[in-house]
Amino acid sequence: MSDDAQLPEALAQIRADFHELEVRERLQLLLEFANELPELPARYTEHPDLLERVVECQSPVFIFVEVDDHDVVHLFATAPKEAPTTRGFASILVQGLAGLTVQEVLDIPDDFPQDLGLTEAVSPLRVRGMTALLGRAKRQIREKTAA
Amino acid sequence: MTVATDPDARFAEYAHPERLVSTEWLAANLGTPGLVVVESDEDVLLYETGHIEGAVKIDWHTDLNDPVERDYVDGEGFAKLLGSKGITRDTTVVIYGDKNNWWAAYALWVFTLFGHEDVRLLDGGRAKWEAEGRPYTTDPESAPTVDYPVVERNDAPIRAFKDDVVAHLGNPLIDVRSPEEYSGERTTAPAYPEESTLRAGHIPSAQNVPWAKAVAEDFGFKSLDELNAIYRDGAGLKDGDSVIAYCRIGERSSHTWFALTHLLGFEGVRNYDGSWTEWGSAVRVPIVKGAEPGAVPAH
Repeated sequence: MSDDAQLPEALAQIRADFHELEVRERLQLLLEFANELPELPARYTEHPDLLERVVECQSPVFIFVEVDDHDVVHLFATAPKEAPTTRGFASILVQGLAGLTVQEVLDIPDDFPQDLGLTEAVSPLRVRGMTALLGRAKRQIREKTAA
Repeated sequence: MTVATDPDARFAEYAHPERLVSTEWLAANLGTPGLVVVESDEDVLLYETGHIEGAVKIDWHTDLNDPVERDYVDGEGFAKLLGSKGITRDTTVVIYGDKNNWWAAYALWVFTLFGHEDVRLLDGGRAKWEAEGRPYTTDPESAPTVDYPVVERNDAPIRAFKDDVVAHLGNPLIDVRSPEEYSGERTTAPAYPEESTLRAGHIPSAQNVPWAKAVAEDFGFKSLDELNAIYRDGAGLKDGDSVIAYCRIGERSSHTWFALTHLLGFEGVRNYDGSWTEWGSAVRVPIVKGAEPGAVPAH
C-alpha cells in the first residue's frame, strides 16, 4: 500500500522495526514508545486550553502542533499512563515527525497507521485512534500555514 | 467449584456471592492451585505496564472476537485460547480489568457463553487494587499449556440477537448507555470513537440506566439495597421479568448483565451484543428519540 519512497526516514524505520518483530513483540515495542512519550513543555502544561482533544481515541489524548520559522513541524501530545496504547501511538508520531517540514508531514500517507503491522496485535478499531491523531495533526498544520 | 469462595460478608446479601471476590481475598489466594487470574482491559497494552502477579491476559478484540465475522470465537478457538492460558474446564477463573471491570465483565459473559462454570469477578477491578496500593508486576505472561475441551457456545440463554429483541418488545429493556446516547444527541459514548451508526436514539420502551450507576465510590459494586433502588424502584424491574440489556457493542451491558444476574438474581437476563451499532443501522426497526422511553409500537 504505502509507497516507501514517500515515507520520511524516521517513520520508515519505525515501520520496519515493527514489521521485523513477531506480533506479540510488536506490543512490547509499542509499550517502549508509550514510555518514551515526552512530557509536555511548560507552556502547554500551564495552558491546557491550547491543546486539542482527539475524540476518536478511546482514552483522553490531547495534541498541539507548532510550525517554526523554518517551516519545521513540532508535535506535542499527552495521554494518561492508564492509556499506554494511545500514548504509544502519540509517541510514534512525535518521534516520526521530529524535524520534518510542513510538506513532508502533509505528504505522509493518511493510512500509514494501518501499515505499521499493528492491526493484528492491537485490532483495527484501536488503530483508528492513531489515524485520527495523524489526521488532526495535519489539519492543525493546514490551519496554521493557511494564513 | 475448585477453589473455596470468598466468604466476605459484604457479598453475602447478593443472589450469587460466589461470583465475586474481594481484593483482600485475591491477594491472599494468589498462587492457589486451581485458580487462574485473568486480566481483561480496554487498553490492549495496560497488562504489559503492570498486572497482578501470575495473571494472564485475555483481550476482547484480539482473543475473544472472531477476526472476520462479527461474532465470538467458536468452541475450538475458545479451547485453544484457554488451554494456552493454563485454564482447564475445572479451573476457578477470577477476571479483573480497567474501567471498573467493563471488559472483565464482558470476558466473564463470554466465558459463560461457553458454560465455564466457575468464573468470578474481582470486585472493583484494577482501580480498587491500585487504590489500595497493592502491587503489580511486569513479568511476562507465563502459563502452562493445558487441555481445555472443545465446547460449543450456547448463546440462547444469555445472548439476544436483533430478532430476539424485536420479539421481546413489550418486555423490559435496559439501555445502559449515557443519557446523550439514549436521547439520540450522539451515537457514541462521550469521548469514544465514532462507529458509524446511521441513526441515533434508543429501542422503544427501554429504560436508561447507565451502567456506572451500579458502581460504588470504592469502585466495587453497590450494596443490594442500592442496586434494588436503581433497577427495581428506578427502572421498574420485577421478579420474573425477562430482561434484555444493551449498549453500543455489548461491553457495558455485560457489566449490567452481571449485576442483574449474579447480584440481583434475575433469571434469563440476556445481553444484546449487537447493541446500538447494529440496531442504529438496521433497516425498519423502531427507534425513539429524546429522554422518554416511548411506547412499544403496535405490530
